Amino acid sequence: MVVPKVCGIETEYGIHHVGGDGNPVASSSLLVNAYVSDLARAGWDFEDESPGNDARGYAREGSLPPEIETHLVNAVLTNGARYYVDHAHPEFSSPECADPLEAVLYDKAGEEVLRRSMIAVRRTLPEGQSIVVYKNNSDSKGNSYGTHENYLMDRAVPFARIAHLITPHFVTRQIFAGAGKVGSETAGNAGRDIAFQISQRAEFFEEEIGLETTLKRPIVNTRDEPHADPQRYRRLHVIVGDANLCEVATFLKVGTTALVLALIEDDAFDGSELTLANPVKAIRQVSLDLTLSAPLDLADGRTTTALALQWELFGLARKYAEDRGLACLGDEAVGEQVLARWEEVLHGLETDPSVVADKVDWAAKLGLLEAYRERHGLDWDDHRLAAVDLQYHDLRPERSLFVRLDTERLVSEQAVLDAVTEPPRRTRAYFRGQCLKRWASSVASANWDSMVFDLGTDPLRRVPMMDPLRGTAEFVEELLDGSSSPAELLARLSA
Amino acid sequence: MPEQEKKRRPATTTREETTTEETETPAPSPQGEKLKAELDDLLDEIDEVLEENAEEFVRNYVQKGGE
Repeated sequence: MVVPKVCGIETEYGIHHVGGDGNPVASSSLLVNAYVSDLARAGWDFEDESPGNDARGYAREGSLPPEIETHLVNAVLTNGARYYVDHAHPEFSSPECADPLEAVLYDKAGEEVLRRSMIAVRRTLPEGQSIVVYKNNSDSKGNSYGTHENYLMDRAVPFARIAHLITPHFVTRQIFAGAGKVGSETAGNAGRDIAFQISQRAEFFEEEIGLETTLKRPIVNTRDEPHADPQRYRRLHVIVGDANLCEVATFLKVGTTALVLALIEDDAFDGSELTLANPVKAIRQVSLDLTLSAPLDLADGRTTTALALQWELFGLARKYAEDRGLACLGDEAVGEQVLARWEEVLHGLETDPSVVADKVDWAAKLGLLEAYRERHGLDWDDHRLAAVDLQYHDLRPERSLFVRLDTERLVSEQAVLDAVTEPPRRTRAYFRGQCLKRWASSVASANWDSMVFDLGTDPLRRVPMMDPLRGTAEFVEELLDGSSSPAELLARLSA
Repeated sequence: MPEQEKKRRPATTTREETTTEETETPAPSPQGEKLKAELDDLLDEIDEVLEENAEEFVRNYVQKGGE
């Protein structure tokens, strides 16, 4: 049965250290350090992390779990987010959000954190050096880094069923969630003359399902690390998406996925048969097909298209909404907005993608590239077009091409600035963020599902937070406001 | 979907197709025209802010794989 779709987005940012020595780990650390040095900090507690566990019920067979690099910079922010160095990239993991619109808000707050980091680090670098951050997913030379989503799921729903039913959505949602890319960069597309494709990430996916994230990337990732009560919940970890700058694209990426997951949990597919014959082949086909109408083979022998498949999922979601409502998306009105936007954007895409250039990144970027190409009479392999592509994602306001486009906003600038420091109110991120705001020096460590306090006297005190829907403002605001110290808070919590 | 709308799509997966489409594409939709005009206005600004040595800029952007 459906559980509320608490969600979040983790973004690994591309980084370029101008005048640096080419060590991206060191540069990323400088960047993150510069931001957090003046802020309350708490070391992240890795005790409960088990990224090697596999949702299919076995652990680590033939798959290497990602290494946890505890020696690298790692901070928890007062907005409940985690900001750290993952491999060779700065990563912002948003706090747990109660609905898809809140996920957009904290995704934008993450961009603001990175922008402030760029300014902060400039003060620490020698003259002539700077660190520039890009919100994209590839360097166009065959190296990809991820933007991951997370969704709270009912543990009782078998993982195989989730994987089977979500795959068609993961293959085709790129038609509105793709960030667009000039050219191609993987062996699978070698020898093909590709000018532009819909997704940054699609061509990097080589398996249907698996635990990997850096090699042989699977469309459905099986990492089973719920960061919550494992008897009741799982956390679906989604690695198949692009980083979006358009707010509508982020909203739809998260909103439609949350909705399709609700359909899966509530068994609302009405016997619809959307299984693709070859999802790995199909995800590349969809990325390369700017007409959105190339035939995709279904397992039952029929064919469909990316647009048709999205229309079918939309139809099922609309019927689901009529039958059961959309409270599962965290907010009924936001759920309605997801449906309305989904329909609007699919209509736009089938009319002419330029119609949704203010909502969909790949359409925005393609319009920009075509206009620029026309003005200067450029071939698709001209370096200036690759530069336009890259600079679309530059987070510096003075260089970003994205900010020069008039794209539709869903959240106000003030709300984004507030979200840089304020946690969401309707998930446990509220408790985490508020404790850090109030008593950072007494927080020994903060994890997704616990806080550890050091009161200076007794052994460390651990407060478990195994339910993402507890620790909300509704549950703990009064308790926090009525506690003058962390000792008092802990006394009241155990009372 | 009406046929004339289908043809209007900027279907440009390959360079060859790009050329073909350009000669065949009828006038874009009013919204498309508007967006295009807005984009045209932006191009001067983009010429100004685009990294000066595009080739070097793109070549130097090398990342380690992540995740």
